Amino acid sequence: MTGQLLRKPALVVRGRDVTVTAAFVALILALVAVAAFTSDTFLTPVNLTNLLKQMVTTGLLAFGMLVVILTGGIDLSVGSVVAFSGILAAGLVAGLPIPVAMLVGLLAGVAFGAVNGVLVARFGLAPFVVTLASLTTIRGLAFVYSEVPIAPDDPAFFTLGSAMAGPVPVATLIMLAVFAVGGVFLTRTPAGRAITAIGGNAETVRLAGISVPRHLTLAYTISGACAGLAGVILASRVGIAQPSVGVAFELDAIAACVIGGASLAGGRGSARATFGGVLVLVLINNLLNLYGVQSFWQQVLKGLIIIAVILVQRTNRVRG
Amino acid sequence: MSLELRGVRQSYGDVEVLHGVDLTGRPGEVLAVVGANGAGKSTLIRVLAGAHRMTSGELRIDGEPVELRSPHDAHARGIRTVYQELSLVPELSVTENLLLGAYPRRRGGLIDWPEAHRQARRLLDDAGFGGIDPRTPAGRLPVARQQMVEIAKALAGEVRVLVLDEPSAVLAGADLDALFALIRRLRERGVLVIYVSHRLAEVLELADSIVVIKDGQIIATTEPAKTSETELIGLMAGRLLEQIYPARREAPSETRLHLTGLSRDGEFQDVSLEVRSGEIVGLFGLVGSGRSELARCVFGAEPPSKGTGGYRSPAAAIAAGLALVTEDRKRSGLVLGMTVLDNIALATLGATRRGPLLDMTARRKRVGEMIERLSIQPARCATIPVAALSGGNQQKAVLAKWLLAGPRVLILDEPTRGVDMATRVDIYRMVDDLARAGLAVLLISSDLTEVLGATDRVLVMRQGRIAGELRSDSTTEDEILAYAIGQAA
Repeated sequence: MTGQLLRKPALVVRGRDVTVTAAFVALILALVAVAAFTSDTFLTPVNLTNLLKQMVTTGLLAFGMLVVILTGGIDLSVGSVVAFSGILAAGLVAGLPIPVAMLVGLLAGVAFGAVNGVLVARFGLAPFVVTLASLTTIRGLAFVYSEVPIAPDDPAFFTLGSAMAGPVPVATLIMLAVFAVGGVFLTRTPAGRAITAIGGNAETVRLAGISVPRHLTLAYTISGACAGLAGVILASRVGIAQPSVGVAFELDAIAACVIGGASLAGGRGSARATFGGVLVLVLINNLLNLYGVQSFWQQVLKGLIIIAVILVQRTNRVRG
Repeated sequence: MSLELRGVRQSYGDVEVLHGVDLTGRPGEVLAVVGANGAGKSTLIRVLAGAHRMTSGELRIDGEPVELRSPHDAHARGIRTVYQELSLVPELSVTENLLLGAYPRRRGGLIDWPEAHRQARRLLDDAGFGGIDPRTPAGRLPVARQQMVEIAKALAGEVRVLVLDEPSAVLAGADLDALFALIRRLRERGVLVIYVSHRLAEVLELADSIVVIKDGQIIATTEPAKTSETELIGLMAGRLLEQIYPARREAPSETRLHLTGLSRDGEFQDVSLEVRSGEIVGLFGLVGSGRSELARCVFGAEPPSKGTGGYRSPAAAIAAGLALVTEDRKRSGLVLGMTVLDNIALATLGATRRGPLLDMTARRKRVGEMIERLSIQPARCATIPVAALSGGNQQKAVLAKWLLAGPRVLILDEPTRGVDMATRVDIYRMVDDLARAGLAVLLISSDLTEVLGATDRVLVMRQGRIAGELRSDSTTEDEILAYAIGQAA
């Protein structure tokens, strides 16, 4: 029935939520189990640390993307922002203290997000078109800033991306914190509820006296901030910032949201489930790498797996 | 043709909605089906339309058992259904909607548009709905006209059974007369018309026989001459309602809403009115008279072109104590994908906070009290999607949202459209209570009985202007209608 088709995974009647969550957790565990049994390298500390580091970029982008998708929009510009923020931070290191340079890189992401948001919210332009235009503009700006990769000499530049807190990379903890705080933001603050409601029915929200443009702008700004942070962390992890990095990153971010059950029409999706989507994607990538599958075949398989996961989810939802 | 249902059962998953329905309709009969929301009317209609396969039971056409395999199959057998929800494609012209791809062709295969428009016009004229330009995009027509196109569409080809689901919900005045005339013509032509409506006055006027459906069963079969509105309501609600409308209220006091010369180009002009604390003022007008536009403008949803009394934005209106229950709850009253809780809390999102976070316990408590106060069904519905509620309960959820904001002025735009009689009575009682507690209420309605019964004064709108003001206890339906169509003495 319609009620079940429209339900949001985060807020449904308790019993059903558990089944879907359980199925999801089972899928992730199954992936881990398959990986552990079929590959000698999967459970090695080196690979696990790698896995934790690899999920940072996709994770940060996916959360930002989720916030925008909840409003019924899309942010295609995140991959370009990753490149710009990274190369800006790396370039500024020459003249500024490292933390300040990195902060400026992040703020560039915030600014790009805010511009996207204002164009969508105040000028009423289609999110797809606006962020497609900023995808190419920001990519261009990254190359304008530096055509060649920038590799700062100061080893302190690598700290953010490679420092470990015990067995866990600091960057991974930052990403987890974004999901934790972000999840609370979406479910337990007035702004978070308003953002979710806008994706469901913007007119109802407007007539409830809530500013739709302000919340839309906020959503795109959050996405920009996440992308900026991801860009800085990525540059720091790799040790070199490239203007060409991040092409098609937005697709993995969108895929993670969708695997996590978010609706591209808006109004439905949760931080927790999106994080699950990130895990699924990263595990698949890692597995295919370990098997030495050719990268073209990796793309094909990833696409098929995404479709399979979504089909399973849909049957789940219809059956309730 | 005659149509019989025998022991029809219909289940969705584990839930049985129809528990063995028997129904007989003869050619040239108008058979009215009445029942509260959730009684099973919509399911019954879907079975007849071939949209649901019945779980058990049988359908006989002219005595022959028949299985409807699909809506297409039902259509081919001459069973036509007009649903309450409009199904026109708004971007396509009336002609395209009416002919549905079966266009006349020129030699060479190109569509012969002049001929197509002629055919469309013929369909509209045959139905008695002249005055609609078939070239207009359907979405640009007023809802009433769209409903007419929808009905005309159902009449294309050989029609033997016509099922109408709440056809009059959006029609008033001459439009309604045209619909009744059409139904009578169809009856003379031997068509079986199955007429589903909440409007009992209409049913009593139009029907040859009436069946009352309640909880998935036919509980009574009667005829207009042998029953009354009160009896039908009692049967539908399963309890006796002594009175639909509450008694009149005390004389009102201070002015709460005061409009002077408010205009919005192309929608309404020079509207001046006052609504005082403790009174319910009706605003009657035909579809397209500018009532809803006026309400939206007062509430700050659209800016006025001149005049005073409206608010700058919905936020400003809410801050000043206004609440607007809009005409179309699906489009502008609810966020269907969200829970009942989220919906009811939407207009007062910031009210329950602890630091930057929402105080979930306080929020749940406030909303829970409102669910109880308005007796929204099912009772523990806070965490289920609002889309799962019945129409009447959805409407109550919209009301609950606004009551939480503690309004001083309540504007209700068609609050009982598509709402069953029992819930209507609840809504009238509640609005009366609110007025007695000092609220100023502006009730926009195209239901004459409601406007007369539930209000103290009636303002009549015609072509964007206030055409008259009448006292509800000393006027008549005819007088109100005369002002609405511009024929008042």
